[in-house]
This record gives sequence, structure tokens and C-alpha cells, in this order.
Amino acid sequence: MATIDIRAVSKAYGGHAPVLTDIDLSIRDGEFIVLVGPSGCGKSTLLRMIAGLEAISAGTIAIGGRVVNDLAPKARDIAMVFQSYALYPHMTVAENMTYSLRLKKTPKATVAEKLEAASRKLGLDAFLARKPKALSGGQRQRVAMGRAIVRAPKAFLFDEPLSNLDARLREQMRAEIRKLHAGLGATSIYVTHDQVEAMTLADRIVAMHGGIIQQVGSPLDLYDRPANLFVAGFIGSPGMNFLPGRWDAGARAVRLKADSVLPVERAIDLPDGSAITVGVRPEHVGLGGEGGLAAAVELVEPTGHGIILHLRLQDQPFKALTTDRRYLTPQESVTVTMPADRLHLFDGNGDRIA
Amino acid sequence: MRAIGTLAHRLAILAYIAFALFPLFWLVKVSVTPNDLLYSEGIRLWPSRTTFEHFRFVLAHSDFPLFFRNSLIVSLATAFVATALAGFAGYALSRFAFRGKLTVSGLLLVTQMFPLVMLVAPIFKLLSPLGLTNSLTGLVVVYVAFNVPFACFLMQSFFDGIPRDLEEAAMIDGASRFGAFRQIILPLTLPGIAATVGFVFTAAWSEMIFALMLISSNEKATFPVGLLSFVSKFSVDFGQMMAAGVLALIPACLFFLLIQRYLVQGLTAGAVKG
Repeated sequence: MATIDIRAVSKAYGGHAPVLTDIDLSIRDGEFIVLVGPSGCGKSTLLRMIAGLEAISAGTIAIGGRVVNDLAPKARDIAMVFQSYALYPHMTVAENMTYSLRLKKTPKATVAEKLEAASRKLGLDAFLARKPKALSGGQRQRVAMGRAIVRAPKAFLFDEPLSNLDARLREQMRAEIRKLHAGLGATSIYVTHDQVEAMTLADRIVAMHGGIIQQVGSPLDLYDRPANLFVAGFIGSPGMNFLPGRWDAGARAVRLKADSVLPVERAIDLPDGSAITVGVRPEHVGLGGEGGLAAAVELVEPTGHGIILHLRLQDQPFKALTTDRRYLTPQESVTVTMPADRLHLFDGNGDRIA
Repeated sequence: MRAIGTLAHRLAILAYIAFALFPLFWLVKVSVTPNDLLYSEGIRLWPSRTTFEHFRFVLAHSDFPLFFRNSLIVSLATAFVATALAGFAGYALSRFAFRGKLTVSGLLLVTQMFPLVMLVAPIFKLLSPLGLTNSLTGLVVVYVAFNVPFACFLMQSFFDGIPRDLEEAAMIDGASRFGAFRQIILPLTLPGIAATVGFVFTAAWSEMIFALMLISSNEKATFPVGLLSFVSKFSVDFGQMMAAGVLALIPACLFFLLIQRYLVQGLTAGAVKG
């Protein structure tokens, strides 16, 4: 167990644009941090730098108060679960799980004890003598986790560990990881591009884009108060709707196209006429209300649990989520209302206003 | 329709195998044909009378056992030294980014472009002052030099086939890079190593030009050179020559029998997702 402190860390490969720029992040002891972002945002690189698999171009990374920049991976006392599981194919499950302990010349009795505890926790008792190729995807995943658990390391690193599993198994393993973390209380850093995984697993989410941290906060922070257009669009499914407009300071409203006006009922420190983007989540869009905007219906997607309406509003794609089954019957158009307190406002730079 | 297709396919393969193996069959056939029948019976698939006289003569009265031993020493030494060097070099090419990597790869490739005959004279010139002509060591040095580039590419491709995640996992588990190489990567590369050893062994075993040019005495000759001793000024002793040839096939066959288990084994199955 340990804290992890990342200070002004950058990564660049000779002569190319930087992959990571000025990353600052303090991870508390026992915290579950999820790094989330689209592929190529630098999240995996950051994880690999913490693991010691990538060199650090600038800045420092400290684990448990000790700067590890120049330490080899083996000296950092961290465990990592890979997307590919990376099980040693020529070793049995038991040998896979105890490899690190045997490297450390741990006494046999201790090894057996730890193996027993970990395999019981993960339900792997029956498979200890098998080779990885005789296991299912979920079991391999468990072995990979077991390999990390037996070591009781300072921190767990997860690199998209569930990406190779099917949807049902992923859901199940997600819950297991969360339970394991609750049981072990180990500092964990988890990389994923799946925002649902991020929302469900994290104590705090670190949203990354273009090698820069966009926002750090609790899952609901990011959902309720996204710091910018990127986070707003990335967190939540179906994604947030955006409408461009101009700020009308006198009316405290956003002027959309075709002279539509969207009252926001709050004071904003922005010059009259500035460009502004209004965001609203599909689940907060009202349908068929008084004084709404007219939107053309393009597609109706029933999900069972609800209905996603793909609309066209002011020439912008726009989605609404409803559980009202009346909307299953195709209609030409609907009226759309957006409650003022549910609106997210972003300035011309894409940053959140108030 | 499908059955006919399969049949045609099988027949084509069979025809090819017959075509490829016929020279070997002929080698065996001539080696057991008594001298007096060799020319008198014309072209027959199997002689009316067989004999092992040629084998007996080759083993008891010729220098062949000596050639055989020399060949075995040279080929085994070449195979192991070349594979060890190629293993390390191939690993570096597969895993490390270093300055001049492309140049090194390119130079390795360039060495494969020249006909060996062109290099015989300069190599003789080089080895002569070092006292490495007419010596098995000299032969091993030359063979290793010529086989390492290709073996290196071969090993590189085998290492490329092993996911990096595995050694990274091992290094995080507490192994050094060399430890990860030895305990994780090497066991998984055994099929590749077997293939490389086999390839280099056969290349050295059948090499003729350098063996002929660099070795001058009978005691140091390898068997391809030794085979020539069955050709005299006035006649060719086909029976004995073929018997020696059959004997020379044995170690190569044994060797492949020994390593074929590794050649066909897919050890990496189950390493990563599947």
C-alpha cells in the first residue's frame, strides 16, 4: 500500500510531438483511480511509466514517497494486470501465480500459504495444475489477477484488463475487481477506454485527451460538472448533446439558430454576443412539453430498458432518452424541452462556464 | 465434386513427394546393387540381387569414419555456436530500439547476397596467417560467420512471435531482463531454437566449397570432400560412393527426428487471449 505522486511528468519520443504533457496527479493510499480516454490519449503510456516499462522524459514519479524514475520495474514493488493477461504459457496456474514469490526466494511454506489464500479468493483452487491454454478467458483473467494479489504489492496497475472478455463476463469481473479492492484496500490504477468501467470502478476518474489531463474527480463530479466539452462528450452514454449559440446577457439566455431562445436562468460573466455551447444529456431532455423546440425524428432505437430517439434539432444531431413507450411508434417530429438547471454551458474554448 | 477435388489434391501431393524422394531412393538402390549388376541390368527399380558389401567396405577400409567424425564435430559446433550468437542478436533486433539497428539489419542482409565462391580466395588469405586453414576450427569459424545472419533473422522472427507482455510481466514480477529472457522467453522459443539449430546443422553438414578449399589433408576432410575420394582418375566407384552417401544421411535424419517434436509444437498457445 502506498501513495503515488506524479509531478510534471512528460513523455516524448525523440523528435515527435509529446505523448504526455505536464501530468500532475496525487493518488492517495488505497485509492482506486481510473485513467480513461480514447485510444492514443496517453493513458497506457502513463501507466507503463509508473510500472517502469517506459522511460520518463521529464518530471518525477514517486511511489510511497520514493522517486522511482530510475528504478527497474522489479524494484518498484508494483503488480500489473495486462490486457492480454500475459500468463506464462509453459507454467501451470500455480507456477504462474507464485513466479514472483519464487523469484524473491520466499520460503516454500509461505508461498503455498499465499497461493492457497489467493486461489481460494479467486475460485481457482480446482485449476492450479492446469496450463493457461486449458483455461477459459475469465479464468485466465482471474489467474492474472491472482498473480498480482499473491505479491501484496504497493500498488496494482491494470491495463484494460477486461477488454478481451465478452460483455456479460466483463460486467461480472468488474464487480469482482471492485470487491477485491474493497477487501484488499490496495492503491490501484486502472486504465480503460470504457467510460462505464470508469464510472463503476473509480474512486476518482482521471479523464485524459491528447496527452493532457482534462479533469480529475469523482465519477459523479465528471458526470454532473464536466470541466470541458471533451469530458462532457466522453462521459455518459448515449453522449451529451451540444448546440452552438450566442450569449444574450440581457435575457440571460442562449440564442440558438432560427431565433430560438434557450433561457438558462443564471448569471454568467460573459460579454453579450459571445459564442457559447449548450450541452444537455439525452436523459435530461423532455419530450412533448410546452414551449419546446421542434425536432425531426430520424431513428428510434429501443434498448428494452428505454428508447433512444435520434433527432435533428437546428440541423444538429440530437439524442433523447425516454422510457415512455409511446415514442416507439414513429412520428415525424417531437417537441423538445431542456430544463434550465440541467444545461451545461461551455465558452468558445470549450471550457465550462459556472 | 468435392471428393474428386480432394483426390486430385492428394494425388498431386503424392506425385510431388515421389518426385522429391526419387533421388534418395536411387541413392539407396545403387548403394545395395552389386558392382557386376550396376551396368548390366540397365534401368531397373530394384536390382535382382542386393548386397551390403559397399557399406562394409566404406566402414572398414575407407577413411569415411574419419570424415564422418570431422563432419559431426564441425556441424555440431557450428550449429550450437551460430544458434547461440543468433539467439542473442535476434533478441536484440526483436526487442530493443538502438541506433544503427536498420544499418545492422541491412549489413546482415548484404552478407547473404554474395556467391560463396567469390569469397573463397580472400577468406583463405585471411585464415592462412592465423593458422586456421586445414583446421576444423577454421571451418567452424567460417561456417558460423556465414550462417549467423540468416539464423539471426530466423531467431528474430521467432522472438517477434512472442508477446512483449510476457517479459514485461516477468520484469514486473521481479525478474531482470536477462532473467525474463532465460526463464520465460527462452523456453517458449525452443521450437525456434530447434529449427535454427537444425537449419545451421544441415547447412554445415552439406557444405562443400569451403571444406574443399580450406582443408588440404585427408585427416581433416569432412565427408562431402571425402565423397570425392571415390572418384578416381579412371573410374567412379558408384556403389561405395552411394553407400557413404546413405551413411551421411543418418545423422541429419536422426537430428531432425530428435527436434521435430519442437518444430511442430505451438508452445505459445494460451499465452495471451484466445
